Amino acid sequence: MKQSLTLGKVTKFIGLGFLSTIKDLFTGNIDKEDFKTLLRKTIVPLASILLFIGLWHMGAKALYNKEADFKIEKALTDQGQAAADAMEACIASGDVSCKPNTLPSPSQVWDSYKSLLRDHNIIAADKAAFKEKTAALNEKRVADGLDEITYTGRPSFVDQIFRSLKTVFAGFLLALLIAVPLGIFIGLSPTLKSAFNWFIQIFKPVSPVVWYLLVFMIVKTLLIDSNEDSSFTISFISVGLCSMWATLVNTAMGVSSVDKDYINVAKVLKLGSFQKIFKVVLPSSLPLIFTGLKITLSVAWMVLIAIELLAQSPGLGLFVWEEFQNGANDSNAKIIVAMFVIGIIGFLLDRLMLTIQNWVSFDKTDAI
Amino acid sequence: MAYLELNNIYKTYGQGDTEAEVLSNINLSIEEGEFVAIVGFTGSGKTTLVNLINGLIEPTKGEVLFKGEPVSGTSHERGVIFQNYSLLPWLTVGQNVYMAVKEAFPKKSKKELQEIVADYVEMVSLTPAINKRPKELSGGMRQRVAVARALAMKPEMIIMDEPLGALDALTRGNLQDEILNIWGKEKRTALLITNDVDEGIYMADRIIPLRPGPNATLGPEFKIDIERPRDKTELNDNANFKKTRNAIIEYLMDIGEERKSDSIEEIILPDLSPKDFVNQFKYKIL
Ligand SMILES: Nc1ncnc2c1ncn2[C@@H]1O[C@H](COP(=O)(O)OP(=O)(O)O)[C@@H](O)[C@H]1O
Ligand SMILES: [Mg+2]
Repeated sequence: MKQSLTLGKVTKFIGLGFLSTIKDLFTGNIDKEDFKTLLRKTIVPLASILLFIGLWHMGAKALYNKEADFKIEKALTDQGQAAADAMEACIASGDVSCKPNTLPSPSQVWDSYKSLLRDHNIIAADKAAFKEKTAALNEKRVADGLDEITYTGRPSFVDQIFRSLKTVFAGFLLALLIAVPLGIFIGLSPTLKSAFNWFIQIFKPVSPVVWYLLVFMIVKTLLIDSNEDSSFTISFISVGLCSMWATLVNTAMGVSSVDKDYINVAKVLKLGSFQKIFKVVLPSSLPLIFTGLKITLSVAWMVLIAIELLAQSPGLGLFVWEEFQNGANDSNAKIIVAMFVIGIIGFLLDRLMLTIQNWVSFDKTDAI
Repeated sequence: MAYLELNNIYKTYGQGDTEAEVLSNINLSIEEGEFVAIVGFTGSGKTTLVNLINGLIEPTKGEVLFKGEPVSGTSHERGVIFQNYSLLPWLTVGQNVYMAVKEAFPKKSKKELQEIVADYVEMVSLTPAINKRPKELSGGMRQRVAVARALAMKPEMIIMDEPLGALDALTRGNLQDEILNIWGKEKRTALLITNDVDEGIYMADRIIPLRPGPNATLGPEFKIDIERPRDKTELNDNANFKKTRNAIIEYLMDIGEERKSDSIEEIILPDLSPKDFVNQFKYKIL
């Protein structure tokens, strides 16, 4: 009993409260109210997902037919009946050369997903084998003071996901390390605030592409004498600079708008300025700081794709770009797989932040 | 030289068009060990007066002297119980009190500090709630935490801004007795702001009405010559009590009436003579 209680608490805490209702359904202890909640929280979303897939399926089919009809029509007007028949047969056979290249259907996307996983398993096995093969040699090379031989094969889809996550976390960390302290200083000092205000107003709306170019100019020169690949550095710095503004503004606002009553308490207790900042100002602005961090993380994840693409830095963004350029049979389906993966990871990152926020914040409101 | 002295205090908020003089020509002196109560209507400037004394704000004109020295900023010698509790919501009851005690007695060990916290939390009967956060408490319980926090710092002078307003009659009575107890036993000086005349008479040596603002001034003082310790149940039959109570209430009702007729006049006046017009007129004459 106690265990299920904590399970309910935990799932509710991280915003997945409906899970415990499903459990109740299976264990049989459910009343009318619970059933209504179950209906609203699980059945309705599930039904809407099915509806979405259905509409997608029909839409994809309509687009496919439109493009197929157009191709046959075009063959007919350009080259006559025989060419039109050949085109129709070619399309029906599913050959890459004539297949309509449009929105893939849900089942194609699902197939691509499975093929990406298969591909990953093959690459992972390959990697493991490589490691085993080179283990002895590498040991010797290290002993001789040489660099290890590393696997340089193609990264799998899953590898790309982890590269992207690595970039986004590095960028997020950079944003946090710059924006929170700077925001605190700006919030505490009206002088700094007016010094930085123009800066924030001008740089906040700058687009990720421009940030990337700016960072590229600077980092390229800074690392001019190193032959390391700088694409990772450039992309995580760009991500950090793009996404830090929400945290900067929210932190400054939180710090400068601490409730007068709390400041009065600090004065009456005669807290020193250090104590005042750490015991009163920061705790009271924590909810706003976290709101900022949450926005920062989601912005970071959103701009990451575009920046990876520009920087040619390995990750989901580059994956999407390469698939688009590639134009293989299932490229479009793979792009859609990547889209869902990006969306789902974005959602999970948001939940992660919410969980941390609930955990550190005194203000236990169910923010969404 | 009185223990606390307010000389010709004026306090104005805002500037230019929004300027409003809340307090005018306030004179007050409190002797060491005295218990003084100030009664007044809401919005008359009681909290402003309290903040001038505890050092959170400065007077526009005049001076506040504490033990002969001008007040500049807050001091641990003057403990404050705020009207709106002002507890830090991210700290538990115990932590709120601990934070204050730690600042007041920086040399004491952690264990000693925790004992003080436990004592004062027990005094306001909140021991069962010591690990709860203010959000989980009722208004009355929060006010009790604020009382415990201020008293635990053992200030020489206790300044209370309507400290018991949100409490039920029973707790209110208990806390009144606790405050009186501490004040009497440890020879403190106390200033109580209240809107309850009975509470003032039960607790104070003197009651001074604050006339309604703007430009609030202090009214004539009423001495409470009833022997301590006072007994609440007997108080109702005490002839002296009845006489003082009636006198104060009559005075307050009179100024309440005045205020009503004042405010009617105030509404009519600007209608008859628009400000700008009068000013222009003046300039022409000059
Ligand atoms: N910081 C401030 N700025 C401007 N006006 C204020 C401020 N604090 C209080 N006032 C005004 O001063 C008057 C007296 O307020 P206050 O001292 O809180 O009264 P009380 O405690 O008796 O209810 C009110 O009209 C209030 O609006
Ligand atoms: Mg007040």
